[in-house]
Amino acid sequence: MRLLEYQAKELFKEFGIRTPESISSTNIEKGRSDAKKLGYPFVIKAQVPVGGRGKAGGIQKCSSDDEFEIKYPQILDMSIKGEKTRAILLEKMADIEKELYLSLFLNRGKRCYSIIASSEGGVEIESVKSQTIRDVGLANVDDQTAIDVANEIGLNDKQETEFVDMLKRLSKLTIDKEAELAEINPLAILKDGTLMALDGKVMTDDNSNFRHEELLKYQEKSELEKQAEKSGFSLVELDGDIAVIGNGAGLVMSTFDMLADNGGKPAAFLDVGGGATTESVYEALTLISRMKKVKGILVNLYGGIVKTTTVASAFIQAYDNNLIDLPVFARLMGSESDKAKEMLENTKTQMFDSVEDAINSVVQEVNRSA
Amino acid sequence: MRGSIDDNGNYQKQPVIVQGITGKYGSAHTKLMIEYGTNIVAGVTPGKGGQKFEDKVPIYNSVKEAVDASGAQIAIMFVPAKFFLDAAKEALEAGIKLLVAIPEHVPIHDTMKTIELVKQKDAIMIGPNTPGIIIPKLIKVGIMPASPFSPGNIAVLSKSGTLLYEISNNLTSAGFGQSITIGIGGDPINGTRMIDAFDMVKDDSDIDGMVIVGEIGGEAEEVLAQHIIDIGFKKPIVGYIAGRRAPKEKRMGHAGAIVMGTYGSAESKITMFAKANIPVAKRPGEIAILLAGKMNSQ
Repeated sequence: MRLLEYQAKELFKEFGIRTPESISSTNIEKGRSDAKKLGYPFVIKAQVPVGGRGKAGGIQKCSSDDEFEIKYPQILDMSIKGEKTRAILLEKMADIEKELYLSLFLNRGKRCYSIIASSEGGVEIESVKSQTIRDVGLANVDDQTAIDVANEIGLNDKQETEFVDMLKRLSKLTIDKEAELAEINPLAILKDGTLMALDGKVMTDDNSNFRHEELLKYQEKSELEKQAEKSGFSLVELDGDIAVIGNGAGLVMSTFDMLADNGGKPAAFLDVGGGATTESVYEALTLISRMKKVKGILVNLYGGIVKTTTVASAFIQAYDNNLIDLPVFARLMGSESDKAKEMLENTKTQMFDSVEDAINSVVQEVNRSA
Repeated sequence: MRGSIDDNGNYQKQPVIVQGITGKYGSAHTKLMIEYGTNIVAGVTPGKGGQKFEDKVPIYNSVKEAVDASGAQIAIMFVPAKFFLDAAKEALEAGIKLLVAIPEHVPIHDTMKTIELVKQKDAIMIGPNTPGIIIPKLIKVGIMPASPFSPGNIAVLSKSGTLLYEISNNLTSAGFGQSITIGIGGDPINGTRMIDAFDMVKDDSDIDGMVIVGEIGGEAEEVLAQHIIDIGFKKPIVGYIAGRRAPKEKRMGHAGAIVMGTYGSAESKITMFAKANIPVAKRPGEIAILLAGKMNSQ
């Protein structure tokens, strides 16, 4: 899961990484009392799971009650790159001398963790030319490596010592919490020469959640996503009007790409897993039926050992039970497809031999009804 | 994998062990593998030692007992993700040299720890979260359906399972049988990376061409493309990348299918494939056409 800034900073605090004084809230009443505790001036920071908050106006300075009453609700109501503000962090400002970059990330190619550090921080790391990268395996970072990295980004003496300490703590956090990424950006050198983590991003491995009950409070799942997870599906909700159902992540992605290439707007990516049964397809339709914006359903199932009649009966049940009234455009690869087509006659489900044909038809239908 | 000819000139299939043979999933797929002709010689389920699977295949309490009794060095694993690390350790300690790890949702750290042991033991792990390996009509160590695959001279390497079936089926229909297909798996960290799988098959004399089925996330495709450029591999290769239109920073079904900034983007992969002279199909249905074009121009 991807933690919000304030959540990442809670972990930073737990592991002894210095951050500015801050308090999080989700409503203005709590915000007002936080503001009193903290005292002006401070910054109001939108908590969203995307980058680029600053540019979008999601981070604003606040120096008085009047300003607070205007800015807090404004930032709380904000959407940044399609992501609504989840919470607000009020944070004391730091006296910044210089901004650096530090992260530990899962290096998929080398199958180890790598440290990335830079003397340029506060911007996206991809845009930074001078990066120091060190591969560190699946172990906590040792002193010498940390010292080398500190020196390479120009830190010496007391700052080197502080950096080494911070990197080792970040490394411990990464290993203990099974993070795919733990990033401090910017890592500030303050005017008094000390170091502080001004912003944080942590992504953990969802597959290790069963070992990390303490992180589950950070998990953000819609009711639909929870339902999908219970069924063993993976669901991504989007802004369009065509739901894409398939079996296997690669096949659904591929279907999704072709739909978008042909002018369709996906409303959902729903992977029901490698197999397909009457129950799983019915369950998938149940989920989709709860998504109000969906106008058409595109189904692409590659069975191999699945009878298409099994899948067809799921559609028929869904219509019979008034679960859905939407048109379904299905490409079902598997045995007994003639029989399945017969079963689906006089229903709103059309079966196609090729996914390309199914896509053309669903796009036409949805555009026609729009 | 291909087996060998014994002293009497008879063809001997490679023996294979199934870890988790009595579970619902494991038993269903063991039946299908046996049906396909895979030489399943033993199964492992703790507490069920002494029983037989389908009245034929002996079941043991541990991989060690199964290996001692059968001499098998190949194992396919069906265990819940939580128990993956222990099961993998057990298999590798018992002398398994090729481990096909089917489970999905294995924690990344557990995969990384297993890979360390795999290296120490000089073994190979395919997966986790892989459909397995198939040499059509010879051996299937995996969960793929039989129907899409036919024997031939094209190697197919794929991160995705169902897309591998779909694409192999298209290839088969177009007259391109497969010499071997390997499922890399959809996780961020793979026991056998794309480049490793490529190196395993690249020198096989029975390979005339290759299809690489990638997807967003990570850099496996880029690394492979650079490798292909570096070694000057000349046989025809066609690529496919799923997830071109996926939103950034969203996991698209596979744990590994996520674009972070520009890391893992489809554009980056397609650009590198182009540099390596690998055409990339826009849809699965186009792959066989591109491959035919490449083969004819050679």
